[in-house]
Amino acid sequence: MSELLSLSLADARDKLRAKEITAVELTEAYIAAMDQTRDLNCYITETPDKAREMAKASDARIAAGNPGAMEGLPIGMKDLFCTDGVQSTAGSHILEGFTPTYESTVSQNLWDAGAVMLGKTNLDEFAMGSSNLTSYYGAVKNPYTKAGSNQALVPGGSSGGSAAAVAARAALAATGTDTGGSIRQPAAFAGLVGFKPTYGRCSRWGIVAFASSLDQAGPMTRTVRDSAIMLGAMAGFDAKDSTSVDMAVPDYEKALTGDIRGMKIGIPKEYRVDNMPGEIEALWKQGVEWMKDAGAEVVDVTLPHTKYALPTYYIVAPAEASSNLARYDGVRYGLRVEGKDLNEMYENTRAAGFGAEVRRRVLIGTYVLSAGYYDAYYLKAQKVRTRIAQDFKNAWGQCDLVLTPTTPSAAFGMDEKFDDPVAMYLNDVFTVPASLAGLPGISVPAGVDKDGLPLGLQLIGPAFGEETVLRAAGVLEQAAGFSAKPALMAA
Amino acid sequence: MALDKQTVAKVAHLARIRVADDELETLAGELNGIIHWVEQLGEVDTDGVEPMTSAVDLKLRLRDDEVTDGDYPDRVLSNGPSTELHFYVVPKVVE
Repeated sequence: MSELLSLSLADARDKLRAKEITAVELTEAYIAAMDQTRDLNCYITETPDKAREMAKASDARIAAGNPGAMEGLPIGMKDLFCTDGVQSTAGSHILEGFTPTYESTVSQNLWDAGAVMLGKTNLDEFAMGSSNLTSYYGAVKNPYTKAGSNQALVPGGSSGGSAAAVAARAALAATGTDTGGSIRQPAAFAGLVGFKPTYGRCSRWGIVAFASSLDQAGPMTRTVRDSAIMLGAMAGFDAKDSTSVDMAVPDYEKALTGDIRGMKIGIPKEYRVDNMPGEIEALWKQGVEWMKDAGAEVVDVTLPHTKYALPTYYIVAPAEASSNLARYDGVRYGLRVEGKDLNEMYENTRAAGFGAEVRRRVLIGTYVLSAGYYDAYYLKAQKVRTRIAQDFKNAWGQCDLVLTPTTPSAAFGMDEKFDDPVAMYLNDVFTVPASLAGLPGISVPAGVDKDGLPLGLQLIGPAFGEETVLRAAGVLEQAAGFSAKPALMAA
Repeated sequence: MALDKQTVAKVAHLARIRVADDELETLAGELNGIIHWVEQLGEVDTDGVEPMTSAVDLKLRLRDDEVTDGDYPDRVLSNGPSTELHFYVVPKVVE
């Protein structure tokens, strides 16, 4: 069994096609792994029967000589994607029991490519969080722990269940969504590759909306090659999403040539933040050396509005969320708490259905959009967002990609208190700028801190520069030779 | 701009979320912390800068005005907490 679990997605694909293993065997191994790692709380809903059925169908397609790009590969689906006939909760009480009668475009694309669904992975409520602590369905434990310590650590968020599942080998890969860092930050905390593609590359149709101008789906995998394969299966034009971009999907795997000679890598000085641990600064410098050794040219660039990205995000995202979450009113789906009239029913339902962080963001969003404050907050933030996007456009005149750390720290304890919501928001300081500018960003596991916890480096590229990002990420992965293994892992 | 308890209560009503009176004080403190922090955007010169309303440079597509979907009320209503004869049931709105 353990041999099957240690295969990368690319290797499993090749072995399935060569008929050295079957999709049913591989899927059974992962179903057993879900059992072994249940203590981590990676999944909100497990779907082993569905997985077995899908695996059987995959084996039939392989036998018929007609395998898809993800044929027979068992994956976790973040519980923000609506799945036909399978409960889809967004990590919220208000959607408990909600069973869509339709399938999100990205998940449908993956099933069409032959992927097998193991279950729906846990997440921060409505994808709002950096720790997975805000899920109504309980926190997720990071399979990594500090050397010599039993303290439970967070897997990051919001795609924390996906990250923990892939790291603990309870899924071969998983989908994530990223609004301000929700793929890249948990990938960094769990020693994985997490790739948020360009806004518009993957359809948002059928993904429970958080902040529509920022939300974007992407793969969470153990290797860069796996990321390339899975993104290829997820991406594509969708007429059902008005912001989906009508552009052919390249063969991303072909981009992994290993050759970045002459590529220009920009180092933005503004990403040196106060109180950044020395280890992260050192890892970043090491990343620069790796890029140089591979023949890239490293240049200093400036992204002067970086420090304003987080406050901009915390106006734009809550504003959009307050509007998107208006639909949860106890009428059409999910929870209803009765009241003496319609308004009271709305207010009771939403009070009982939303957790503290979601309530906070809906209130902030409502406030910044309300009469008299719209110009001062929301319009101002949209203008600063223009300047942040312009910073990147200017940088692309001097470099092909930007290299930064992914997070300002390694995974923190589940018991660490964040009385100040702003302190938690600072987790996304390095990931939010690319989100606001709509750019592709990948986190690659690049090293460990003094306690043996994974640390990631981030590569950001220009819009639709996924192939360049993946090519450099492959080189970074090779040079880093990340080999840490979590303390808790299915075997 | 400081949010007092009354403002928080008003915003909560606008957002249709019931907030207990004894929570207003704490909530006002948290929201003030966030609002105070985002006000640093005032330092940025945005004179003549267009607001960014989309993360991609694209024009919204137009399509033919025709019915392409629908006619499955059972599916649409299947998750309704209270439904009757292909309608959602809500508390009485008009006296």
